[in-house]
Amino acid sequence: MSANTWTIAAARDALRKGEISAVDLTMSCLTAIDAGDTLNAFVHRTPEIALEQARAADARLKAGDAPSMCGIPLGIKDLFCTKGVPSQAASNILKGFRPEYESTVTSKLFGAGAVMLGKLNMDEFAMGSSNETSCYGNAVSPWQRKGSNVQLTPGGSSGGSAAAVAADLCLAATGTDTGGSIRQPAAFTGIVGIKPTYGRVSRWGVVAFASSLDQAGPMTKSVRDAAIMLQAMAGHDPKDSTSADLAVPDFEAALTGDIRGKVIGIPKEYRMDGMPEEIDALWARGIEMLRDAGAEVRDISLPHTKYALPAYYVIAPAEASSNLARYDGVRYGHRAKLSHGDGVTEMYEKTRAEGFGPEVQRRIMVGTYVLSAGFYDAYYNRARKVRALIKRDFETVFAEGIDSILTPATPSAAFGLGEMADVDPVKMYLNDVFTVTVNLAGLPGISVPVGLDHQGLPLGLQLIGRPWEEGALLNYAHVLESRAGFVAKAGKWW
Amino acid sequence: MAIDIDTARKVAKLARIRVEEADLPKLAGQLSGILGFMEQLNEVDVEGVEPMTSVTPMRLKRRVDEVTDGNIQAQVLKNAPDAREGFFAVPKVVE
Repeated sequence: MSANTWTIAAARDALRKGEISAVDLTMSCLTAIDAGDTLNAFVHRTPEIALEQARAADARLKAGDAPSMCGIPLGIKDLFCTKGVPSQAASNILKGFRPEYESTVTSKLFGAGAVMLGKLNMDEFAMGSSNETSCYGNAVSPWQRKGSNVQLTPGGSSGGSAAAVAADLCLAATGTDTGGSIRQPAAFTGIVGIKPTYGRVSRWGVVAFASSLDQAGPMTKSVRDAAIMLQAMAGHDPKDSTSADLAVPDFEAALTGDIRGKVIGIPKEYRMDGMPEEIDALWARGIEMLRDAGAEVRDISLPHTKYALPAYYVIAPAEASSNLARYDGVRYGHRAKLSHGDGVTEMYEKTRAEGFGPEVQRRIMVGTYVLSAGFYDAYYNRARKVRALIKRDFETVFAEGIDSILTPATPSAAFGLGEMADVDPVKMYLNDVFTVTVNLAGLPGISVPVGLDHQGLPLGLQLIGRPWEEGALLNYAHVLESRAGFVAKAGKWW
Repeated sequence: MAIDIDTARKVAKLARIRVEEADLPKLAGQLSGILGFMEQLNEVDVEGVEPMTSVTPMRLKRRVDEVTDGNIQAQVLKNAPDAREGFFAVPKVVE
């Protein structure tokens, strides 16, 4: 098998044994990227940087100073600021922006010897569930329905990351997750994606969407890879005041495969009306797998689940309207051409109308409205109170002895690009129904591929963990992964 | 609550996003739909509940009050659409 198809764990072992060089491994990914243009996953390619980093990694490997990520070729979501390399959050308003600094996450990954192949497609400012709001055009899933050549969404907002990993254009990728943007695309493309506990990974240098919800995490081909890569991304950062000053445990060592006696909660509120039978059946199979591995399965209730989506769609736009106020055409990015007599207000208004796409404009305006005088209490404060209740629901079940919660990751398999173009924006928001609760409560959540639907498309299950217990969560996910034995790959058509 | 065209115009103004008059009815409709979806929150009894302010119960760290960087004017201005004589340049603000 060509080296670009390897997992991080396999590549790490091969690199250390000298069976392949980091340069050759990187070359195999660069070749795959060039052959994968149709997927539109990589939107800025950095082969020179990649080869320079790969040569440095080979020197470290030779010197015997090689952390696990040394020489591992990665794709980086366009939301991460990378020094000297375009970083525009898939928005025209940041066209031409080349940061003078490096995000903490990419600094840590590069410090550990990882290789950057380029920047990955995404929804504009991470606002979307299908990668269709990107200024670069749609990212395309490598998966297709049986007997069909209709192009499908890889999910969003980390759609380019999901497509690139699933199509073996890279070994793994960074993602970010504000309401499900790592877990939903991972589920749509048959890969693993973990959103860590809020505060586990530094947000410094990651373009902000909703600061109380945003969290970065790895998107990988296996749970073990997620553990290895999260290890390299996590840790306290004085530059992010919400980053937790807690030691990062050895996540890979937590993958013991032993979950005997652990208690898995099954929340009844996640059984939605109109949920496809296949999702329900997949969930039941997941329950059986964990039970078979010795876990105790218990029915639980998270009574405020129903209100998570509306609360999220108040809080996230409110924070976005504030965060995105910085795009004013003054300090970086796009500035509109002005007419004679235009003042600074016209400059702001024209710049933002030209630079932001329709979904981003809508969310900024929703956020502006819910924060405006007279509506602040009715919408924003009420949503924050409901958020407190959603968090309390989780705290209650954890206090009652639940170790982890198993739910579906998405309400359906991937849909076709353009299929949702004419629906109400709210319909698209329903994609996040199983994932937003986790962001609102600040908990870690992971999506694991478990099966295929009748069309041959991947379906995933989500495990939710206690705060700061990503190690245990990864172990439950590892058990689910081993029992599910998901090995399907997208047939190569691109 | 339904958003009328005047409210949509006002919100666009507050958000500093230019919206053409012809596009306001569609925008008002979409905003109404989204806000209608949020109305569900009114069903929840939030009596006595404090609004959530911090995600994890921890005290924000304070750093030592000292200068940690600076003297990077060129880097700060590097990405500006219009920078002159060491400053960001904008259209005339004061007549």
